[in-house]
Amino acid sequence: MSVETDAAQVIDVAGFSQLLGWLAEQGYRLVGPTVRDDTIAYDDIASAEDLPRGWTDEQAPGHYRLKRRNDAALFGYAVGAHSYKRFFHPPWETLWRARREHDTLQIRDEPSPAQRLALIGVRACEIRAIAIQDRVLMERDPLYRARRADTFIAAVNCTTPGGTCFCVSMQAGPQVSTGFDVALTELGGVDPPAFVVQAATRAGRDALTAITHRPATEAEMAAAATAVQHAAGQMGRQMPSTDLPQLLLRNLEHPRWSALAERCLACGNCTMVCPTCFCTTVEDTSDLSGREISRARRWDSCFTAEFSSVHGGSVRPGTRARYRQWMTHKLATWPEQFGTSGCVGCGRCITWCPVGIDITEELAALAREAAQ
Amino acid sequence: MDTPLLDPLRPHIARVRSTRREAPDVWTLELDADQAPPCGFAPGQFNMLTAFGVGEVPISFSGDPAEPGRVRHTVRAVGAVSSALTRLDCGAVLGVRGPFGTGWPLPEAVGRDVVLIAGGLGIAPLRPALYQLLAERARYGRLSLLYGTRGPRDILFRRELEAWRARADLTVEVTVDHATHPWHGHVGVVTTLIERARLDSDRTLALVCGPEVMMRFAAEALGAAGLAAEAIFLSLERNMHCGLGTCGHCQLGGLLVCRDGPVVRYDRVRDALRIREL
Ligand SMILES: Cc1cc2nc3c(=O)[nH]c(=O)nc-3n(C[C@H](O)[C@H](O)[C@H](O)COP(=O)(O)OP(=O)(O)OC[C@H]3O[C@@H](n4cnc5c(N)ncnc54)[C@H](O)[C@@H]3O)c2cc1C
Ligand code: SF4
Ligand code: SF4
Repeated sequence: MSVETDAAQVIDVAGFSQLLGWLAEQGYRLVGPTVRDDTIAYDDIASAEDLPRGWTDEQAPGHYRLKRRNDAALFGYAVGAHSYKRFFHPPWETLWRARREHDTLQIRDEPSPAQRLALIGVRACEIRAIAIQDRVLMERDPLYRARRADTFIAAVNCTTPGGTCFCVSMQAGPQVSTGFDVALTELGGVDPPAFVVQAATRAGRDALTAITHRPATEAEMAAAATAVQHAAGQMGRQMPSTDLPQLLLRNLEHPRWSALAERCLACGNCTMVCPTCFCTTVEDTSDLSGREISRARRWDSCFTAEFSSVHGGSVRPGTRARYRQWMTHKLATWPEQFGTSGCVGCGRCITWCPVGIDITEELAALAREAAQ
Repeated sequence: MDTPLLDPLRPHIARVRSTRREAPDVWTLELDADQAPPCGFAPGQFNMLTAFGVGEVPISFSGDPAEPGRVRHTVRAVGAVSSALTRLDCGAVLGVRGPFGTGWPLPEAVGRDVVLIAGGLGIAPLRPALYQLLAERARYGRLSLLYGTRGPRDILFRRELEAWRARADLTVEVTVDHATHPWHGHVGVVTTLIERARLDSDRTLALVCGPEVMMRFAAEALGAAGLAAEAIFLSLERNMHCGLGTCGHCQLGGLLVCRDGPVVRYDRVRDALRIREL
């Protein structure tokens, strides 16, 4: 351990691979961006070779495409449909199993899902999203807590935002500020790639100490800062800078919601890709004999009719009410419930909406129409 | 109270000690806890009950809070899970998680008149409150129970109602929407009882439980009778899958009903209840 690692250091691709190797030696499972199914997907990685080297993405409402870059950058793309949510709050999991014998019943817990997980190349928006899910789930969900307790985060400052990104107007990025162990900035125009690195925790300092590094020069630090600043100016979208909770809560019966409902398919894609959406449903099943019983929990979406059903029907039978629930929850009632916005400006809900509904555009329109 | 925090996701195993049919489709189950001591609860709180292999649903406590060893729940068979619960025989196992949610504001009722207004099955979550009010009778002013059901056959807790009606220190009024059977009592919706009750609006605290429309009308009638919104409490129903504030299903505006409710003060939800499909 050394103090020097608190100051900016520079590592090359070999140093980056050493970092992954060191983390693996410490018993971490490594997860980071990979190319899969023509998108950037988070998956197990072993070395720098597994990263989407030389790839970038093109994103617009309802549109996503991977493209080749003209350099070999390791982090030259924005976020894909995956977020890190699935590693702490999985899409589907068994909560417990039970066996019925005559007139008794025994419940068995599942094995603990505790894990040592190192997330590699985590953007500012992702870190904010993890912090938001921590606020919602850490205290109340023992399985989330077990999965989340031992996490190493190697952040990367974003230098290539996507066409639907708006983290700047959500105060979530592109620069990481907390919630990471080490933060990397990829230096542009350097081939092969090099990174300015800074450690923020003891684990981060240990990691840096273990790999080949050298102090960053003034020029390199300035170049890193400029790259991130440049990214901040490249946001594809912007959230209107009004008081969003007030705007939404005062306009719950605005005709704009009906207009939106005519476009929205209530497919729930936006809730599945959103890194902060946390809603779940539990389902109980048993085998034919009724002896083996289990309860599973899966992600659910407020866009389904069953989501709000009580005996007698759905509380929100129409798409108008369901879209309104989603958007007001994200931006207006989430702060009331959890003391933070539910949106980090990652743009996924815009990119992956099959009809290209844009949350920033809808709010701008609502603000405009409500002011008239 | 701390059991749900220790392991909030796994139900405790309980056994049905006795069952009692209250109406054609409503049963009261009394439970024996196998693996955990039954815990105390506040009137108005609920448990998540599991019919193993079928599912889990929120069901209010309907028994006496002074008898924590006799956990009772009153269930109407309306769908898969509730029907499976009502089909359980003596000795059958079921799962219990809880208690969850907020209770009726009985400490606030001390020294005041209390009116309990129940629609249909809404009498079940109010019964524990009434037990407690009667057990501490001297601490409160006038007590009344206004109870409306669809028809005479749907009246729950008949024997107790008779006993309560016989008391001089409790007013009991029952009304039915439609009198199909021989019925000599009042006919009309429960709000008509509010108008007749001549409540002392400055002294009265109202506890209301029933279908949401009924509660909305009841709250408006109470307001018309002069009660402040701060003196009216409702017990809300929403879809619930966890009881912990993490499944997201039970939202009403900013409220997570399983955590911030089910019992809420009317002024907190008045506006929200007026918005269609919120
Ligand atoms: C706080 C609270 C207290 C309650 N207290 C009582 C009580 O004391 N006695 C009583 O009989 N009923 C009570 N209910 C209502 C009871 O929970 C529902 O009738 C029951 O969930 C219906 O489930 P089902 O599968 O039998 O019905 P179905 O009609 O078959 O349900 C259809 C679908 O809707 C879902 N669903 C319907 N209502 C709810 C709900 N409220 N929560 C979660 N999922 C739901 C079911 O999971 C199912 O998927 C209470 C509800 C709440 C929220
Ligand atoms: S609401 Fe949309 S932009 Fe905001 S965090 Fe969720 S997916 Fe990203
Ligand atoms: S907003 Fe788009 S992604 Fe979300 S439910 Fe509607 S159609 Fe699907």
